Amino acid sequence: MSLLSVNNLAIDFTTRDGTVNAVSDISFTVDKGETLGIVGESGSGKSVSCYSLLGLIPMPPGHIKNGSALFDGIDLLRANEKTMRQIRGKRISMIFQDPMTSLNPYMRVGQQIIEPLLQHNKITQQAAKEKAIALLEEVGISDAANRYQQYPHEFSGGMRQRVVIAMALITEPDLLIADEPTTALDVTIQAQILELIHQLQQRRNIAVIFISHDLDVIKRMADRTIVMEKGFIVEQGNTQDIFYSPTQSYTKKLIASIPSCAKPENYRFTGDKDSRFLELNDISISYGNKNNAFKAVDNVSLTVKQGEILGLVGESGCGKTSLSHSIVRLVDIQQGQICLQQNPLETLQGSALKATRKDIQMIFQDPYASLNPRMTVFNTLAEPLRLHGIASDANELNSKVLSLMQDVGLEASWANKYPHEFSGGQRQRIAIARALAVEPQLIIADEPVSALDVTIQAQILSLLLELCQQRQLTMIFISHDLAVVRYIADRTAVMNQGKIVEINDTETVYQNPSDPYTKSLLAARV
Amino acid sequence: MMRFFVGRLLQSIPVIFIVITATFFLVRAAPGGPFDAEKTLSPEVIERLNERYNLDAPMYEQYFDYLGHLVQGDFGPSFRYTNRTVTEIIYAGLPITFELAIYAIMIALVIGILAGMLAAIKPNSAQDYIPMSLAMTGICMPSFLLGPLLVLVFGIWLQWLPVSGWGYSPGDKILPAITLGSTYAAYIARLTRGGMLEILSQDYIRTAKAKGLSTASIIFRHALRGGLSPVVAFLGPAIAGLLAGSFVVETIFQIPGLGRFYVQAAFNRDYTMILGTTILLSCLIVLLNMLSDLLAVWLNPRLALSNEKN
Repeated sequence: MSLLSVNNLAIDFTTRDGTVNAVSDISFTVDKGETLGIVGESGSGKSVSCYSLLGLIPMPPGHIKNGSALFDGIDLLRANEKTMRQIRGKRISMIFQDPMTSLNPYMRVGQQIIEPLLQHNKITQQAAKEKAIALLEEVGISDAANRYQQYPHEFSGGMRQRVVIAMALITEPDLLIADEPTTALDVTIQAQILELIHQLQQRRNIAVIFISHDLDVIKRMADRTIVMEKGFIVEQGNTQDIFYSPTQSYTKKLIASIPSCAKPENYRFTGDKDSRFLELNDISISYGNKNNAFKAVDNVSLTVKQGEILGLVGESGCGKTSLSHSIVRLVDIQQGQICLQQNPLETLQGSALKATRKDIQMIFQDPYASLNPRMTVFNTLAEPLRLHGIASDANELNSKVLSLMQDVGLEASWANKYPHEFSGGQRQRIAIARALAVEPQLIIADEPVSALDVTIQAQILSLLLELCQQRQLTMIFISHDLAVVRYIADRTAVMNQGKIVEINDTETVYQNPSDPYTKSLLAARV
Repeated sequence: MMRFFVGRLLQSIPVIFIVITATFFLVRAAPGGPFDAEKTLSPEVIERLNERYNLDAPMYEQYFDYLGHLVQGDFGPSFRYTNRTVTEIIYAGLPITFELAIYAIMIALVIGILAGMLAAIKPNSAQDYIPMSLAMTGICMPSFLLGPLLVLVFGIWLQWLPVSGWGYSPGDKILPAITLGSTYAAYIARLTRGGMLEILSQDYIRTAKAKGLSTASIIFRHALRGGLSPVVAFLGPAIAGLLAGSFVVETIFQIPGLGRFYVQAAFNRDYTMILGTTILLSCLIVLLNMLSDLLAVWLNPRLALSNEKN
């Protein structure tokens, strides 16, 4: 008999716009010791269905319309609160996405780890502490006895997720639900955490439900996989079958959206190989005061050729964003020189700076945060046109805005809508249109597809490639995602701890990396 | 922590100095003087009085003279209460006002935190609306209305509690403390509700629930500490406000506290008395704000870290 068997589960959410079927009639089972992967894009219902098993969805607005979830003979959807409290944290544990927000910042980590143990088992504080310290060591936290006394903010992201894992496993549960446990982490850390979860599962023979939007992660972790779309299960089966011989068109589309290859031939750089469009010489950027300076960028030199797409890869905190912000003068450099077509940028002031700003535009990671929620699409796009005096009258402004919208694949009738009325992908199209409005020569795209689902990501990437070619744009494309950079960049620069450790043609970097850090990054891919 | 404390202490010196200077010149710039009365005194008498209190000296001389006495802890003689020094008057009244303020803030904290928590646990239900409506009423109702109402109900109709005095009969401290504390209870209830709602929506509350903790454990162990941080920030200014605002309550209940002197000093142009009480209150405000900052750091370990970095 299966450890968990979910039958015909259906969950509704009541919203202002009516009832939304978040989960519709899904059934699946999990056996002891196996890993079930649930993959799907945002809004597919993968998290909601698992949260409902532990009664963690807010009701209202949530409402379980139908179905049952038998766990060891108990229907989790109908059990009373007392029974559920004995199951939560004791027999079924959870790991959440962001270890920073899922740990209580006001409590020492040790107290948080032993809390489920004290809640469910008859055990003394001292015995619980010993057990927790042993477990912390097992999940790879050195100096565990001291770390036990620290607060979450004293841990790095990867270490925090190890704490969360220890917290989930301390009661030796039968089932572990991991909801995007590595999404907030860097690739090298992600690889370590995935390996850790895998090992712990083998050692303890626990069942795992692994939820992720990342197909590669699911492919690596899961024995069986469920593909969800819009609240339905599209396909389920052995992970190998799902990935290598998918039967449903949505699954095929999802798998095809993973950028897995080199840049398409027809979009490759063909311009002047010796051009020096943008030159950075010995750039250094520090934060903090003199006594306590943190060098974010350390003596970086870089040349970007006219018409190429330069990929800038690195993990969080490597300095890639600081470097890009210095080019648009959002941060000041302490040392070095930035030249755009032989004109120094770092000393520009006033109107000269404003004029140059027109030539360099940025696209940010989260279009929802970077678009003004109180401005319509039309006004968002018209503002830079007015500011730089590009359109002379209202008619020209109107036609310019509409043609921009057309270029990025937005319908003209949407011009008077506000950002919240669009999906994530459409919002990023607006942000791209805004950047293109002033006809810049250089685009700096800072993680432009990181917040998007894979199918949308693929669309935006091909849109960017097309626009760069049509408009002969030069682009610096910043990402932590190696596959995305490989798909879009002509050359790739790898940054680590404020320095560029390697820069070369993209395929050379990916196939014959010369720097040990680049090698470790590539090895960490799942 | 010690460095933070000392730093804040040093920062407060210029603040107090500015308060002293501004008050000194402002009271003298105001029309009227300490010896203006309904019955006009003869010029000779006024002259002798001015001479006695050094008011005929040039302004700057008076100022430095005052500062000189102040650093020795001498607030000078009262211009109005002959033969009493300002220090004596403060010494007699402050403990009473302070005691009243402490009772009031304790009542405010207990009622406010409980009401705010109840409201936050079930937002948008009767459990939320009833205490929050009462809180709104508490904020809107001035103490010169609430005080007499309480006296009418509990003192005169029910005859449960004495209606005035301080320490003469058992229970005579209850009504003044409730009158003074009720407005603050209402503010604290609203701050607690807001703080708790914010914290209860955090991911780590969901984590706590997923551990199998009961609602009570989640509230007390995980939510309260963070949820009370707005209350802690409010506490310093609140106590200072209680001290300064005790005048009305002291008058209603015939309490010989400091509030009465503070207000009357302004009417009487009793320069030294105004200065003395103002300096005392501003020192208390600075000190209490500092204490509430320290408490906030103690409650939130992340603040301690950012202070160490600075």
